[in-house]
Amino acid sequence: MDRFRMIFQYFQSNSESVMNGICGLLALASVKMYTSLDFSCPCLPQYNMAYGLGIMFVPPIILFLCGLILNRQSLVMLEEWRRPPGHRKKDQAVIRYMCSSIMQRAMVAPVVWIIVTLLDGKCLICAFSGSLDPQKFVGFANVSTEQVQQLLAKVPCKDDELMRNNTSRKAVSRYLRCWSQALGWSILLILIIAAFLARWLRPCFSQATLLQARHWSNYIDIEQKIFEDTCCEHSRLFAHKCILHFFESMQQEIKLHSFSLPREGEGAEGGEGLLQGITDHDQVNKLLKTWYYEKPPLDVSQAHQRHPLVRERSPLPRAENARSHSKFPQHTSV
Amino acid sequence: MDKFRMIFQFFQSNQESFMNGICGIMALASTQMYSAFDFNCPCLPQYNLAYGLGILLVPPFILFLLGFVLNNNISMLAEEWRRPRGRRGKDPAVLRYMFCSMAQRAMIAPVVWLSVTLLDGKCITCAFCTSVPVETLGNASHPRLSQGEVQRLLARIPCKEIYNGQQLIANEVAVRYLRCISQALGWCFVLLMTTLAFLVRSLRPCFSQAAFLKSRYWSHYIDIERKLFDETCAEHARSFAKVCIQQFFEGMSTDLVAAHCHLPRKAPADAGEAAEKLLGITDQGTMNMALKSWHRCKPPLHLHPPAQPTGNGWAGEGQPSTHPSASRKETAAYYSWV
Repeated sequence: MDRFRMIFQYFQSNSESVMNGICGLLALASVKMYTSLDFSCPCLPQYNMAYGLGIMFVPPIILFLCGLILNRQSLVMLEEWRRPPGHRKKDQAVIRYMCSSIMQRAMVAPVVWIIVTLLDGKCLICAFSGSLDPQKFVGFANVSTEQVQQLLAKVPCKDDELMRNNTSRKAVSRYLRCWSQALGWSILLILIIAAFLARWLRPCFSQATLLQARHWSNYIDIEQKIFEDTCCEHSRLFAHKCILHFFESMQQEIKLHSFSLPREGEGAEGGEGLLQGITDHDQVNKLLKTWYYEKPPLDVSQAHQRHPLVRERSPLPRAENARSHSKFPQHTSV
Repeated sequence: MDKFRMIFQFFQSNQESFMNGICGIMALASTQMYSAFDFNCPCLPQYNLAYGLGILLVPPFILFLLGFVLNNNISMLAEEWRRPRGRRGKDPAVLRYMFCSMAQRAMIAPVVWLSVTLLDGKCITCAFCTSVPVETLGNASHPRLSQGEVQRLLARIPCKEIYNGQQLIANEVAVRYLRCISQALGWCFVLLMTTLAFLVRSLRPCFSQAAFLKSRYWSHYIDIERKLFDETCAEHARSFAKVCIQQFFEGMSTDLVAAHCHLPRKAPADAGEAAEKLLGITDQGTMNMALKSWHRCKPPLHLHPPAQPTGNGWAGEGQPSTHPSASRKETAAYYSWV
């Protein structure tokens, strides 16, 4: 537990680390998904290519979208892109920086899937076994054209009765797997060279602009978080006040309608203060029913403080309250 | 757990230690990758050499570049190299030190891959099976075959299940021969690398040790300075955001007071802190307006000095003239929504 907490804290230290962590997790998840996938090629001429290429390209799209969804920064970026300028100008460089960093992180898991697929080879064998030239392989050279298509399509299925112990099948399989692995390693090599050049050459071009863009994109993220925290804090206080008023007003109502003896002086602060004058079974039930049927208005300004439930029944002069007021129906009986 | 935490902290203590950790992880990852990789020799004369040597040499190159990519120091090095001189001179010795230390760390995973591959033997067997000396190892009395046929037969040596040249040369003999050469190469390679590392480490203090210490110190310094700068900027951004949001709410409540001609809040003494924390927003309509305004009209990135919290009552001492008009615009916006 301690170990997880430390790793967690390390990744939480700034939001870029969090994103790197999520990106790494998605990459591991994509490898795990591939190994647990039960690949089963249909071994039919018309379906092989669709299945093989489908397995190779559809999960990466899904993983890419997941990478975008799980990345909090993508919402921040969209908001920054779509907001009206208002008093604060929009900086295109910041938006571009955020967009490119989101895309880079989202691309890692799909690329890992494609490379693992290619290095494993099953997808390519399934997709392209029917497209080979049968003359290259001894076992298929002297077979008629329609038959050869059927046979080639069955190559990915080792357990098919026609294909068991067929040396030409193994030759085709090896050939395709060799190409698939070569393609996989080449793609990996190209991507790594691109990443290396990007990292090496980036400081050579407008480094100052990059530092500014990075700082302000970090700022926007922090500002959004602090705004949400402030709103949370505010809503907690608001709710607290609202509920206090509600209890006070219930207390008033009970006093008005039931003529119960008022609280006995100062000695009753401690526990009874918390009870808000509501001290028996029926009163609590009434309070709960009122809370459900007649929630108090969302207004804790001073003018409303004394008798919120009583005031609700009388029309209010202020225009701003008319909007919130119209939401609550008038009640004549409680 | 304690031990783990100590190890973790040790690696975090500076960038070099952190990179040592990454370097170790990559070395382990490279052995794992090799064992997980399904080596599949094509067993065809034209492809064997390319495949075998490709698997032997391409992944180490990838791992080498990956070692650079994962190293944060690379952008630091490039930055230090390309920055304008300004008021701080540049020391090429420091740059050389940083590059050497990065290159040394990046070399470890490729060396591990090469060693593991050579010691395992599959790559060399696949690449050089067509070059096996048939005269010495094979059956000399076998009827002569054409060169192409011999090549095709020998190419199938790594694929035991389709090998059909048992009369020419026994599969086990050829595989043992090739694997023996491969392992000898592997051990020689490991010995060479270790000797090289030993020489570099032990002979370095003999050459300009003082200059080396200087370069190491200043390269650590640049690293720490950059980290501290990033942390300071983050702290600053946090404080900036807090004040900006606070001023946004204050500005809003002040404008509300002006727009709706409320009596100034006669906050009774007991409301005190809670009322202040409510930032003057005490009903749903006002909160909705605040949230809408936050999206449609974000406050400018310009903090007011703390002395004058009022939204549109600027005394204007040294303030840019746009502010009063900005506040007035805010007021007008609120009117239109009521």
